[in-house]
Amino acid sequence: MNQSQTAKSMTHGEAGLAIVFAASAFLCLFAAAKALDTAFAFHASLACAASLWAVFAIMNRYYDRPDSLPAREINGRPNYNMGPIKFSAVMAVFWGIAGFSVGLLIASQLAWPALNFDLPWTSFGRLRPLHTSAVVFAFGGNVLIATSFYVVQKTCRARLAGDLAPWFVVIGYNFFILIAGTGYLLGVTQSKEYAEPEWYADLWLTIVWVTYLLVFLMTIVKRKEPHIFVANWFYLAFIVTIAVLHLGNNPALPVSMFGSKSYIAWGGVQDAMFQWWYGHNAVGFFLTAGFLAIMYYFIPKRAERPVYSYRLSIIHFWAIIFLYIWAGPHHLHYTALPDWAQTLGMTFSIMLWMPSWGGMINGMMTLSGAWDKLRTDPVLRMLVVSVAFYGMATFEGPLMSIKVVNSLSHYTDWTIGHVHSGALGWVGFVSFGALYCLFPWLWDRKGLYSLKLVNWHFWIATIGIVLYISSMWVSGILQGLMWRAYTSLGFLEYSFIESVEAMHPFYIIRAAGGALFLIGALIMAFNLWMTVYAREEEVTAPVALQAAAE
Amino acid sequence: MSFWSRHQIFEKNSIVLVGGILAVIAIGGLVEITPLFYLKSTIEVVDGIRPYTPLELTGRNVYVREGCYLCHSQMIRPLRDEVERYGHFSLAAESMYDHPFQWGSKRTGPDLARVGAKYSDEWHVTHLNNPRAIVPQSVMPGYSFLSETEVDVAGIADHLRTSRMVGVPYSDEQIANAVADLKAQADADNAGVDAFAKRYPKAVARNFDGKPGTPTEMDALVSYLQMLGTLVDFKLYNEKANLR
Repeated sequence: MNQSQTAKSMTHGEAGLAIVFAASAFLCLFAAAKALDTAFAFHASLACAASLWAVFAIMNRYYDRPDSLPAREINGRPNYNMGPIKFSAVMAVFWGIAGFSVGLLIASQLAWPALNFDLPWTSFGRLRPLHTSAVVFAFGGNVLIATSFYVVQKTCRARLAGDLAPWFVVIGYNFFILIAGTGYLLGVTQSKEYAEPEWYADLWLTIVWVTYLLVFLMTIVKRKEPHIFVANWFYLAFIVTIAVLHLGNNPALPVSMFGSKSYIAWGGVQDAMFQWWYGHNAVGFFLTAGFLAIMYYFIPKRAERPVYSYRLSIIHFWAIIFLYIWAGPHHLHYTALPDWAQTLGMTFSIMLWMPSWGGMINGMMTLSGAWDKLRTDPVLRMLVVSVAFYGMATFEGPLMSIKVVNSLSHYTDWTIGHVHSGALGWVGFVSFGALYCLFPWLWDRKGLYSLKLVNWHFWIATIGIVLYISSMWVSGILQGLMWRAYTSLGFLEYSFIESVEAMHPFYIIRAAGGALFLIGALIMAFNLWMTVYAREEEVTAPVALQAAAE
Repeated sequence: MSFWSRHQIFEKNSIVLVGGILAVIAIGGLVEITPLFYLKSTIEVVDGIRPYTPLELTGRNVYVREGCYLCHSQMIRPLRDEVERYGHFSLAAESMYDHPFQWGSKRTGPDLARVGAKYSDEWHVTHLNNPRAIVPQSVMPGYSFLSETEVDVAGIADHLRTSRMVGVPYSDEQIANAVADLKAQADADNAGVDAFAKRYPKAVARNFDGKPGTPTEMDALVSYLQMLGTLVDFKLYNEKANLR
């Protein structure tokens, strides 16, 4: 070891990144000193601390590592890079529980408003973006980054491109979440749903996201397989399109370089259209295309069956990414957006039903010949039920995009129920299934700590989802009908507050459903924790015996 | 060569695949968004619409910051019950100076597009401090902290200037007098009220939170709520000129 010490030198990446972070620490310190508002000062200080930590971490890693970087291949077999994936997978579990907890809190606030405590940082208006961002971007995003880095390596039979870059992506992304989340509590928001973070967080995310795209793409470029596997098409569509949507929806002019407030470049109708072009495709590409990629890798893998139809996957891939982009205006039915745009949005939303079910059929039918595994493998059951929920939500969506239906459903809890049948049922379950697969694979365990606990998780969470979405159907339709009810004399029958009062029992049922879903996730966290730590002795024992026998 | 084998060009070239994805996702957005920047119905100016006063803009920023849009829409649809409950359906022009728009997507509480001048200032202040003091069944959080938070008066001109850069037509005069106008609107006895009223037609100057002293965020928010939907005079508005 000591002899080769002289030959060791920093790579351009290590030296460059260390210098960039050192400079960034100074800039952030300067910004913190000049800050116009406390939130900006807090964030600049956080960024300064994070930059210093990054310099330290890069140097520390350099001194600890061997002279050469890890080989891309060892004895002709790819030397997979699993470190960043482990980090992202653990963060996904952490943020999932945080996001579900905040969801339970705000659901309870709607049932019992005293829980708002009348403090700025505990009121519904600030916690709601915290909930949506924590579950969509923190939980979902970490699941997507972890699985995409895993799947792209395995299906390309190539080590993840870059040395520090994958770490930059996973840590940088979680730092973005930290800035966004603490910002919401401090009242830093640009009020665009699912794109609330302010200009500086958006800029940081752009840098992280471009790096993510480069790492993913360069791994594909260096692949040992002639074909790009279907899951990677979906991951690529997700990463590329989210970049386009993020840039299109967020151009803003800060009031000062040292303050958090900015004004968005778009105004009024144009801003509304940009927002829902973004908003609906955050659903379409973040919560659908990305998670379909998970379906295309993890279901065949777990069921040990090939993907049902190659041709169906081609058709539904191109159809789904082409059609989804048009669907945004269905969020703006009967508004001041021109009618032709609303009609286009509705038409394409209805057409979207077909490729969505194409994906569902491809996922479901992958189980041909392996249906019996649903009885014995609760992880596979979770994955398959997630696809069933996907099918249900993508039928309900086109239905709600029809203008007459939307005139009733829009602005009501029906929308919230619809979102959650997709979010809890589809995105949640497919993520849980993927995490249950990933943890034993990443930590080289033979299997999960307990399949029985997975079974408990499955049933508790399923009952939670059923309570959630059925209570929201009833409350949403009830709300819509009360708002448009007339007496026989031609007067509006109900005042608005009567509709609020009528929601109370359903809000309690919804909160109960959310609590069950959270309990399920806590069981998962325990199970995964035990998979990593408790199995150690049990697994090492037979290996040691084997070595002795040889 | 069959159709299926032609698809191999995407499966074997990552850059071609990225190009294909970009081309396919560009179409829908371009068709739906681009026309909104030149179609008459979406960019037409309607009589009475003006940029927000400095105090109203401050109030609007409080509205944005507290996430009011998550429970209150500002978009009345042309449906019989909505028009009877809330008033004339919303026009595109009424939110043309809104950066960002606040149409909302959920009505946990009622629509606010035309809430202006429907209730007294005192009603709003009491209701914001403790919603259940006025409406016992309400599930709205209380915002009593707004009365204790003073507005950053000095920084307001930068907000107007930035708004102008993204397309809100504030005049040089309005920007130069932003600080004075903000103070004047929160105090009916202020010497600058007449000049302020000339710069912002239909804007009302009064002590919105009912407390003496520097303007608070409560002043600002109530001034914003009280002007919502009041700018267009629908007795004079010609519907046919603005068909959408």
